[in-house]
Amino acid sequence: MIVSVYVRRRCVDVTSKILMGLATLIGVFFLFWILWTTLKFGMAGMHWDLFIKDTPPPGSDAFGLRNAFVGSLILLAVSLLIGVPIGLMGGTWLAEYGFKSRAANAVRFINDIMLSAPSIEIGLFVYAIMVAPMGHFSALSGSVALAILMVPIIVRTTDEMLSLVGSDMREAAVALGAPTWVVITRVTWRAARAGIVTGILIGLARITGETAPLLFTVLNNQFFSRDLFHAMANVPVVIYQFALSPYTNWQQMAWAAAFITIIFVLALSLIARWFLGKVQVPK
Amino acid sequence: MSDRPQGYSLASAPVPARSHDAAEPVSPSSLPVRISARNINFYYGKYHAIKDISLDISQNRVTAFIGPSGCGKSTLLRIFNRMYDLYPGQRVEGEVLLDGTNILTLKSLGPLRAKIGMVFQKPTPFPMSIYENIAFGVRLYEKLSRADMDNRVQDTLTKAGLWDEVKDKLNQSGLGLSGGQQQRLCIARALAVSPEVLLLDEPCSALDPISTAKIEELLFELKKNWTVVIVTHNMQQAARASDFTAFLLSGKLIEYSATSKLFTTPSDSRTEAYITGRFG
Repeated sequence: MIVSVYVRRRCVDVTSKILMGLATLIGVFFLFWILWTTLKFGMAGMHWDLFIKDTPPPGSDAFGLRNAFVGSLILLAVSLLIGVPIGLMGGTWLAEYGFKSRAANAVRFINDIMLSAPSIEIGLFVYAIMVAPMGHFSALSGSVALAILMVPIIVRTTDEMLSLVGSDMREAAVALGAPTWVVITRVTWRAARAGIVTGILIGLARITGETAPLLFTVLNNQFFSRDLFHAMANVPVVIYQFALSPYTNWQQMAWAAAFITIIFVLALSLIARWFLGKVQVPK
Repeated sequence: MSDRPQGYSLASAPVPARSHDAAEPVSPSSLPVRISARNINFYYGKYHAIKDISLDISQNRVTAFIGPSGCGKSTLLRIFNRMYDLYPGQRVEGEVLLDGTNILTLKSLGPLRAKIGMVFQKPTPFPMSIYENIAFGVRLYEKLSRADMDNRVQDTLTKAGLWDEVKDKLNQSGLGLSGGQQQRLCIARALAVSPEVLLLDEPCSALDPISTAKIEELLFELKKNWTVVIVTHNMQQAARASDFTAFLLSGKLIEYSATSKLFTTPSDSRTEAYITGRFG
């Protein structure tokens, strides 16, 4: 009787371990396959000129992605400027003021829907509220679209990380007579900062490769531009256009840009993991 | 500290038969009263957690609240600094007088909490350096020069018996200390804002016996300057460390008297049953 229970548990244990190992292998296999393919095709396009010259016109053999890299960095920076304060405040409200109230749960529910909203819809939405009224594409509208995609991620992680900070610590600060805003900014944010930063990095990684919303908002620009109110070159749309082009050097540049983007996202994820490792959950 | 108006010196009133006149709290001694609670009723939503308790807390003494889990001792303690205000649905009725003011009707709680410090069951150092843990509360009320702040930090850490152990690592995180050290850091942090009353909510329940002994020693030092109210699960601790003890049961104050009397010749049979270990 006891032996049969033991044998059964043993079988379940071994089977689940094998299945989990297989699942991991499949995931890792595809990750490395993607990395390998982008590396293999991207190497042909790897050239210092990528970083110092702008995208070449059709028919030229030159290499260059400077305008796209700078454009993408500007887009990401402006998205962070818009998205981080909103996400941080939203998540803070949920965890510090909303608790389990009906309003807070409604916001959490909607936020979860936004988390999985198709990014192309966000692009169309921003097209309708910004691009169409302004009459032209603009980097700002692209950043707004990316920020909308990033906010739910930051709201969610901020809410969860702040909720991990025990009520004991909040009470201790309150017992000293600290007003709520001091408790939040000086104690609970600080206690949850590693987790909050992780959420921001994950959000950033998520929007780095987004292409669909940019097609409707920033479009692309063949030339170098820092003007937030007009179309701007950016890596995802350049990859999209160059990969579909008939020119060999453009296709190689698309692969190289894809590889660099993957490495950037991978680095962000690794930094995020490192930060998450520093999360101190006060016991 | 001693200049509070003496308009209602109930403290000198005799103890017996007090409970008939609900407006006058039970007082265990003839010492000056620091906090006077009258007809306190407390509700967690619909649950009636404290039932018509009136008592006086004597100045510069250690008063212990004992009783089985859920009897309302922590709830009563948390009324004295309005901690319940954090939570919607928690409600109190009655009066708690501190310096002649009913603290239950105060609008601004900062000054009240500066006067009445609190230390919790679990050590709760903030995620910052030992120095900053102390300075945090001070900065809420005072603008001190660096040198004055240094002095305040040293002074309060010394009073909490922690200075010698941490003087070389003031800039290290408070989370790196042992549990007992963290708890003394929390006591130091509460003392740093110069409160008059110190509320301790089972401060030793998460600590080992040696750390507990250190905190109990500290209580003897603290009562020279502060009025201390301590909630404890540990009857030996109440017997060792307090001057007066209140025994609560199911939200009611059963007996309140000098600790030596309550533990040797309790006047209520329920108190006797509890302290001899028959329940709780």
